[in-house]
Amino acid sequence: MEYFLTEQQKTLKSLAHRIAEERILPVRAELDEKEQFPKEILKELADSDLFRIFIPEKYDGLGGGTLDLCLVVEELSRVCSAVAVSFAATALGAYAIILYGSEEQKQKYLPQIASGKIAAFGLTESNAGSDASGIQTTAVKTPEGYILNGTKQFITNGGEADIYTIVALTDKTKGPRGASAFIVEKDAPGFTFGKKEKKIGIRASATRELVFRNCLVPAENLISREGMGFIVTMKVLDNSRPGISAQALGIAQGAMEAAVGYTSQRIQFGQPLISLPVVQYKLAEMALQVEAARALVYAVAKTIDSGVKSFTEESAMAKVFASDVAMKVTVDAVQVCGGAGYMRDYPLEKMMRDAKITQIYEGSNEVLHNAIAIELRKRKGKRE
Amino acid sequence: MNVIVCLKQVPGTTEVKIDPNTNTLIRQGIKAIVNPFDSYALEEGVRLKEKHGGKVTAISMGPPQAADMLKDAISVGADEAVLLSDMAFAGSDTLATAAALGKAVEKIKNYDLIICGRQTIDGDTGQVGPELAENLGIPFIAYVSKIEEIGNGKIRVQRAVEDGHETIEASLPAVITVAKEINVPRMPSLRGLSKSKSAQIPTWTANDIDAPKETIGQAGSGTWVVKVFYPQRIQHAEMLKGEPEVQAKALIEKLKEAKMI
Ligand SMILES: Cc1cc2nc3c(=O)[nH]c(=O)nc-3n(C[C@H](O)[C@H](O)[C@H](O)COP(=O)(O)OP(=O)(O)OC[C@H]3O[C@@H](n4cnc5c(N)ncnc54)[C@H](O)[C@@H]3O)c2cc1C
Ligand SMILES: Cc1cc2nc3c(=O)[nH]c(=O)nc-3n(C[C@H](O)[C@H](O)[C@H](O)COP(=O)(O)OP(=O)(O)OC[C@H]3O[C@@H](n4cnc5c(N)ncnc54)[C@H](O)[C@@H]3O)c2cc1C
Repeated sequence: MEYFLTEQQKTLKSLAHRIAEERILPVRAELDEKEQFPKEILKELADSDLFRIFIPEKYDGLGGGTLDLCLVVEELSRVCSAVAVSFAATALGAYAIILYGSEEQKQKYLPQIASGKIAAFGLTESNAGSDASGIQTTAVKTPEGYILNGTKQFITNGGEADIYTIVALTDKTKGPRGASAFIVEKDAPGFTFGKKEKKIGIRASATRELVFRNCLVPAENLISREGMGFIVTMKVLDNSRPGISAQALGIAQGAMEAAVGYTSQRIQFGQPLISLPVVQYKLAEMALQVEAARALVYAVAKTIDSGVKSFTEESAMAKVFASDVAMKVTVDAVQVCGGAGYMRDYPLEKMMRDAKITQIYEGSNEVLHNAIAIELRKRKGKRE
Repeated sequence: MNVIVCLKQVPGTTEVKIDPNTNTLIRQGIKAIVNPFDSYALEEGVRLKEKHGGKVTAISMGPPQAADMLKDAISVGADEAVLLSDMAFAGSDTLATAAALGKAVEKIKNYDLIICGRQTIDGDTGQVGPELAENLGIPFIAYVSKIEEIGNGKIRVQRAVEDGHETIEASLPAVITVAKEINVPRMPSLRGLSKSKSAQIPTWTANDIDAPKETIGQAGSGTWVVKVFYPQRIQHAEMLKGEPEVQAKALIEKLKEAKMI
């Protein structure tokens, strides 16, 4: 399929591919087994300028768009989606500053991220998952700055990141309109981390609680204005969701390749498995699902890069579709590889475990169906 | 700290085929790569530059397509690169290669250190580094596995020897060849790649480096390849049977018969 990538996009895609093959592949099973955060690999990605792609040129970035980010995430995820999400979550943590940060905030934080500082985004709490309006973390304004209290849960890159975007209530009486977004540095007084979560998949990625106990954040770290917290959040997630769809796409691509590779070599009934019609049908089904997902993900990324104002629906569609493809393709890939597919000596069981999260985070697929339906009603089902 | 790194392009395969008529390598269809040891040399040069300032110049003697390898060198941190390419260099053995590289180094001037790989994976001699140092009349240290200290006109390095490590000091400028323990070469960066795309690699001829004709190419080579051939593979195996003692006795008889012992 010809996706008309620019020279620069081809370059960064092949660089990400090479790093994935040469540096991530040899250690992915070990990172997964030991649930070890891929610090050195992220440094290597940063040294190769890949953290720069989503940062504007003015702040030491390369000013790439959503598609550039997706291409890199897809290539990394094809080999290891735990590494890919640790990388993508840095973009997620940076988006609030890129989209809504003040000039001073951008000048202070974006060059740091461009050169490899890890970022994170903290919204979810124990009582606020799909219903983010249920957050209870508070930020009280004092002459010294804002005092944060509360606990965030399930935060990707928690404890590993240096720079956090945190959503907290500055006015409890106003509900969602009382939420605000802040930049919190790792060493802010009163900011600590809970235990590292044990997960089914993406086990090399770090997921932790963020605990704020009278944590003092300078007033100038408020992003945009008080009360803008959820507007910032929605926009950030609309922008970052294509990254998760690229993560899902990469997993599906990797699983399909592994399945084709294994079934081409495995001999049963005197012939390679891939010669069996049932296996061929399953592999063909994988190929068409993966390509359809890719076409949608890239098209949505290009739509965003074209500068359209609102893309909630498109962004949700790409995420839902690609993550469902990832789940289905990995399950089928394990199936066609039989017992070998189920063994940890082969990469497929990991891919199947990793795929599941893409249907859950950054808006569960159910919740995103709701979002798509709302947009559908608004436009009366017509194409715009 | 100005560093010159010598890079050679080699066939990216271990199954080199030789043309029996011309005694040269058959290069068609084989992807050329940078000699693996030379990537360690380049990485070490770039690290020295990052730590101490200065610049890294990559040089190679080879056919025009070696310019691609030099562009790759720029993508991982070399500041400049020069290709020595001229029919007059053709057929160089290690002596003539070192003569040409030496002349190029003299033209580049202002260098503190020259880094080569410990050997190539095709020619495999490990001679070019020491010969280059000899030509330039400067110290040489082989198989460096770590640079401990460099500066104030001196370099102190470690090198692996059979039963341990040696620490060696030399005055600068010097030539060193590096072993793969010395570092892990980096991946290119996007900015490096875009710099390398637009980079112009100057080509120097024998005239450009004032290399006397009798020192380079076939004429400057002390060795000639008379014939290159594959060892004949004769596959014939005889399995000895019985207890170990019986087998050992039978083996001795066989070896005697074959006049090998
Ligand atoms: C590994 C991991 C990493 C994460 N990283 C981050 C991070 O970096 N930052 C961050 O802020 N959060 C993060 N999260 C949180 C993640 O975004 C939430 O888990 C997700 O939004 C779902 O919320 P929940 O887990 O509370 O599920 P719940 O909201 O309790 O949902 C449970 C089920 O109910 C369904 N459901 C809920 N509401 C509706 C509805 N209205 N209609 C239909 N179905 C519904 C859901 O789809 C789901 O199937 C992470 C989570 C995980 C597991
Ligand atoms: C099939 C074949 C037969 C050969 N027969 C002979 C022979 O009979 N006699 C003989 O003397 N040589 C012979 N050579 C060697 C050939 O001439 C060498 O390719 C060349 O002289 C370099 O030597 P080397 O490859 O052994 O390099 P080495 O001495 O092993 O290389 C050490 C380091 O020197 C540097 N270096 C080497 N070559 C270059 C270069 N061209 N440009 C820049 N840096 C370089 C690199 O840093 C390299 O890592 C033969 C080579 C081949 C492939």
